[in-house]
Amino acid sequence: MNHKVIVEMSEGLGDRSPRAANAGSRAAHDAAVRVAAPLIIGLFLLAGWELLVRLREIPIYILPAPSQIATELVQSWSVLFPALLLTLEIAALALLLAVISGVGLALLCSLARWIELALMPYAVTLQVTPVVSVAPLILIYVDEPRTAVVLCAWIVAFFPILANTMLGLASTDRNLRDLFQLYGANRWQELWFLRLPAALPYFLGGLRIAGGLALIGAVVAEYVAGTAGVGTGLAFRVLEAQYRLNIPRMFAGLFLLALTGIAIYLVLSGLSRLLLRHWHESARVREN
Amino acid sequence: MTRDEDSATYPRISQSQAHEQPELVRLEAIDKVFASGTRALAQLDLVLRCGEFVSLLGPSGCGKSTVLRLIAGLVQPTRGRILFTQRLQAGEIGFVFQEPTLMPWATVAANVALPLRLRGVDRGRTEKAVAEALARVGLGSAARAYPHELSGGMKMRVSIARALVTRPSLLLMDEPFAALDEITRARLDEELTRLWQAHGWTVLFVTHSVFEAVYLSTRILVMSARPGRVVAEIPVDAPWPRDEDFRTSPTYTALCRTVSTALRRAMAA
Ligand SMILES: Nc1ncnc2c1ncn2[C@@H]1O[C@H](COP(=O)(O)OP(=O)(O)OP(=O)(O)O)[C@@H](O)[C@H]1O
Ligand SMILES: [Mg+2]
Repeated sequence: MNHKVIVEMSEGLGDRSPRAANAGSRAAHDAAVRVAAPLIIGLFLLAGWELLVRLREIPIYILPAPSQIATELVQSWSVLFPALLLTLEIAALALLLAVISGVGLALLCSLARWIELALMPYAVTLQVTPVVSVAPLILIYVDEPRTAVVLCAWIVAFFPILANTMLGLASTDRNLRDLFQLYGANRWQELWFLRLPAALPYFLGGLRIAGGLALIGAVVAEYVAGTAGVGTGLAFRVLEAQYRLNIPRMFAGLFLLALTGIAIYLVLSGLSRLLLRHWHESARVREN
Repeated sequence: MTRDEDSATYPRISQSQAHEQPELVRLEAIDKVFASGTRALAQLDLVLRCGEFVSLLGPSGCGKSTVLRLIAGLVQPTRGRILFTQRLQAGEIGFVFQEPTLMPWATVAANVALPLRLRGVDRGRTEKAVAEALARVGLGSAARAYPHELSGGMKMRVSIARALVTRPSLLLMDEPFAALDEITRARLDEELTRLWQAHGWTVLFVTHSVFEAVYLSTRILVMSARPGRVVAEIPVDAPWPRDEDFRTSPTYTALCRTVSTALRRAMAA
């Protein structure tokens, strides 16, 4: 349910202050709950975990306690952090390529139906074939390991952007299209003023999914590549820690990966909200 | 844009003169069958003369919106002909859709500016024309709002401003005031007739209100239930400008009764 502000015609659009102040305090309260509630749950879980490990005296190579993981994280920061940056860079590059190719292909498909019919089966094939099984092949044929890893990440990130942008480009309001036709808009004007803005929320939805997938793709490729890969990515560090039975470092690496995934999601959600804040239902502050 | 200067010399229309005006559009034996198989119009004939204000009444779903879309060239007839006596350029037909049809990502001003922007009119002139059009519909203060911040009636008025901004010679309006309260509606009715008189527009106006039709029109057309065609034509022979006195005059009451009867008959048929 959305509740729209209905502004009386006589009062124009001025005077919103009391309502705004109200909404402001409610928003602050909302934000506090949003941060505090998961934090409390998290602290409980961590405390339980710590307690379990200590009381049962579980050895560190089976299950390290959170405190041990934290210590490891600090100690191996100089190894893990550069690795994180590298993985992030790969994911970002793959995402960028996915955006360019996904949006480009979606535009191409919207130009002519036969292009869509010709290309979609392959796009879908690319999407449904698991990366884990394609990655070894890519690593064989692409000499440069970094390129290979980027390619794997691109494969998984590409499709949601393509599919969502295509959906967006096809879902412009019929009356608005008529309006553009009535005023003699040419193809480019219709694309620029109507179809692209209308597709934006769909594209951003795809981007949010693709961001997480690009990270997963990069990690999978690093795992598959192992020592033959880029060698210093975060996933590789986790793998390496596993070989050496350095379980706390594995956990520390995983923790950083999860954190990175969340960060990507938050950044892309923020971008989405920023771009749509003026008009799209998804980005609007709800009134009561 | 030269139309504005012409308007001063444009003859004022009274009903007796209207029949002498040249034709603008003629629809001949139009059939419209949609791809879904819906037969919307059958053997529809309709003539619009220059400077007329014609209201189109009929039961819901009888094809009124379809007639407007046909004239605007947004749909093609299945059979029959649509003849224009003069070529109308893009922007010379103003269309107020039944729904507001605004771009949600654009401000009110940007929405109204759209027709001019599409034609490459320069910024200064666009801004001036937009401000003028918004002032006409009483929304001068809402220029920078986004559509979701407006009420239904306000959105509709934005859509009217957008139709007016190109100074069209033919105005097609699909129940533009249906979402408005009685007072605002009466005010806009008055404003519309004033503008129509000043500018010499030709207006085809769809409405469900018999009273509104009688107040506004030089001629009223009543359509039958689907498949729609024109079954009654009622000239409104009353002088302009029409004011509140007209709304209470015996002529007005009699006309309303005539139109109501015709409409009831059309619905029963
Ligand atoms: N694009 C379309 N495809 C299929 N059928 C359509 C289409 N547009 C309209 N129709 C059908 O044509 C008929 C006439 O529609 P139209 O919108 O012209 O009616 P209307 O007289 O404007 O009705 P209302 O007063 O309710 O607005 C309806 O039965 C409708 O279902
Ligand atoms: Mg209609």
